[in-house]
Amino acid sequence: MTATSGPGFSLMQEALGYAVMAEIPCVIVDVQRGGPSTGIPTHGSQGDINQARWGTHGDHAIIAMTASNHQDVFAVTVEAFNLAETYRTPVILLFDEVVGHMRERLVIPEPGVIPLVDRLRTSVKGGVDYHPYLPREDGRLPMSDFGGVHRYNVTGLFHDMWGFPSAEPRVVHDLLHHLVDKLENRTNLLARYKEYYLEDAEYLLISYGSAARSARHVVENRRLRGEKLGLLELQTLWPFPENIVRQKCAGAKSVIVVEQNMGQILREVKLVVDEPQKVFLANRIDGVFITPVDIVNIFRLIQGKGV
Amino acid sequence: MAVRDYLRERFFPHLWCPGCGHGMVLNGMLQAVEKLGMSKNEIVMVSGIGCSARISGYVDFHTLHTIHGRALAFATGVKMSRPELNLIVPMGDGDALAIGGNHFIHAARRNIDITAIVMNNRIYGMTGGQFSPLSGPGIRATTAPFTNIDYSFDVVELAKAAGATFVARTTSYHVQQIADIIKKAILHEGFSVVEILSQCPTYFGRKNKAGDAVDMVRWFKNNTTPIGSKAKQENPDLIERGIFVQTERPEYCSEYDKIVGIAMRGQN
Repeated sequence: MTATSGPGFSLMQEALGYAVMAEIPCVIVDVQRGGPSTGIPTHGSQGDINQARWGTHGDHAIIAMTASNHQDVFAVTVEAFNLAETYRTPVILLFDEVVGHMRERLVIPEPGVIPLVDRLRTSVKGGVDYHPYLPREDGRLPMSDFGGVHRYNVTGLFHDMWGFPSAEPRVVHDLLHHLVDKLENRTNLLARYKEYYLEDAEYLLISYGSAARSARHVVENRRLRGEKLGLLELQTLWPFPENIVRQKCAGAKSVIVVEQNMGQILREVKLVVDEPQKVFLANRIDGVFITPVDIVNIFRLIQGKGV
Repeated sequence: MAVRDYLRERFFPHLWCPGCGHGMVLNGMLQAVEKLGMSKNEIVMVSGIGCSARISGYVDFHTLHTIHGRALAFATGVKMSRPELNLIVPMGDGDALAIGGNHFIHAARRNIDITAIVMNNRIYGMTGGQFSPLSGPGIRATTAPFTNIDYSFDVVELAKAAGATFVARTTSYHVQQIADIIKKAILHEGFSVVEILSQCPTYFGRKNKAGDAVDMVRWFKNNTTPIGSKAKQENPDLIERGIFVQTERPEYCSEYDKIVGIAMRGQN
């Protein structure tokens, strides 16, 4: 695992692509701050959502997750390692400055309470021709420790089952499909989210990371007044849980995406829902944490009540 | 074991141009490994990007073909986790000293037990003949059609100043010396730098009217001399060959082991 913030994450993009191509399990934490460039150091932002998806060049798939409180940060971090090992992929943890600088209670579970995924190792014996990049039927790739009993080549170039560079169209086509399909075909399986009062929600808030704290506050407050608000808190951002978001939004009068950027997840939500015109943005981009009042003001505008 | 047995012949033919010096470097390097009687399982070869970097694919060791300039960073990771393995890192001049310059000086500063080989053909070959930090002034390249104005690094002086504890230079003409020096570099415990002047007839040779591969190799023969030779005193323009530095300094992984020991004290 390695951890950084905005500009450091930009510097890591080349090696991130290498890890995707060479199928190296690893976890990268980006505690987001405002950008572009050095931007606004140690102030809150959620501006790196699309960078996590497309920051490194070339077609690829990636897992990115987030959380809104320290207990969830703990759980999601363990989950990130499990997914990295299962799918042999980098997993990005997109936390943000607010969660990063906050102090709050954390209960560390006893070892064994949270299931851990062990690295899948090859059963091929030493001295036998080992194919480090030949996936099993289920798409998983058993590993032999580098420098151990098998000698093989690792490269960032498109490569065959021995890990040797290849520009053979069939090899390139199959490898790219393998890299993308192993995650994109499991979007539902990879989706982690929490939901609050969704059963009868007329107004659905979608949020993630620190912004979800304010969104949840609004939902709970309005419920006390009998207003039917609900919150879908996303923890998996990539691959985007499109089926889940589409289903949850189906019955809502309006959907409000609460985030601290100019609408990076808003765009994804609009792409997957049946009625994109009913999706609105409640955001803040000035380095200040979005408050429940900020959200309520936009909510009133959507209801036609004025601020 | 014969030198041939260290090759992955299934992946031949190699991609180097006819007359390229990199195959001569590969030959000398494998002779060194053969003379040391090393098994294929105890060697890790890490390379970056460029013509030189493809060398790792052709040898039957544990091989890691990484990203441009970062071969030493990856090699540091491998060495730290598996200090019992021997790390050999062949790099081109651009790979080692332009984008990889920072990793180069810091690996030298740490004195981590890695054998770094700079295959210096003074040009970026794979990308089409751009000048490198080792081209030097007056040299023509695709990106310097009216000659280059950048002064070059002296790999030996740079490695010495950065703290490398083994520093040597030879050329692709002197294949026996390549084998001899790399043998000593592998045995040396600490960061070893071996600069090997290599010819690129395709770009450097063509742009600078240096003749064909044979002419370029002959130039290495006629313009280099052993360290401290009489010829050097008479002609200061000659390039010296041989081992410039061979000193002892605590090695990084063993120092790190000591720190781990201190940190673990009282915890068991």
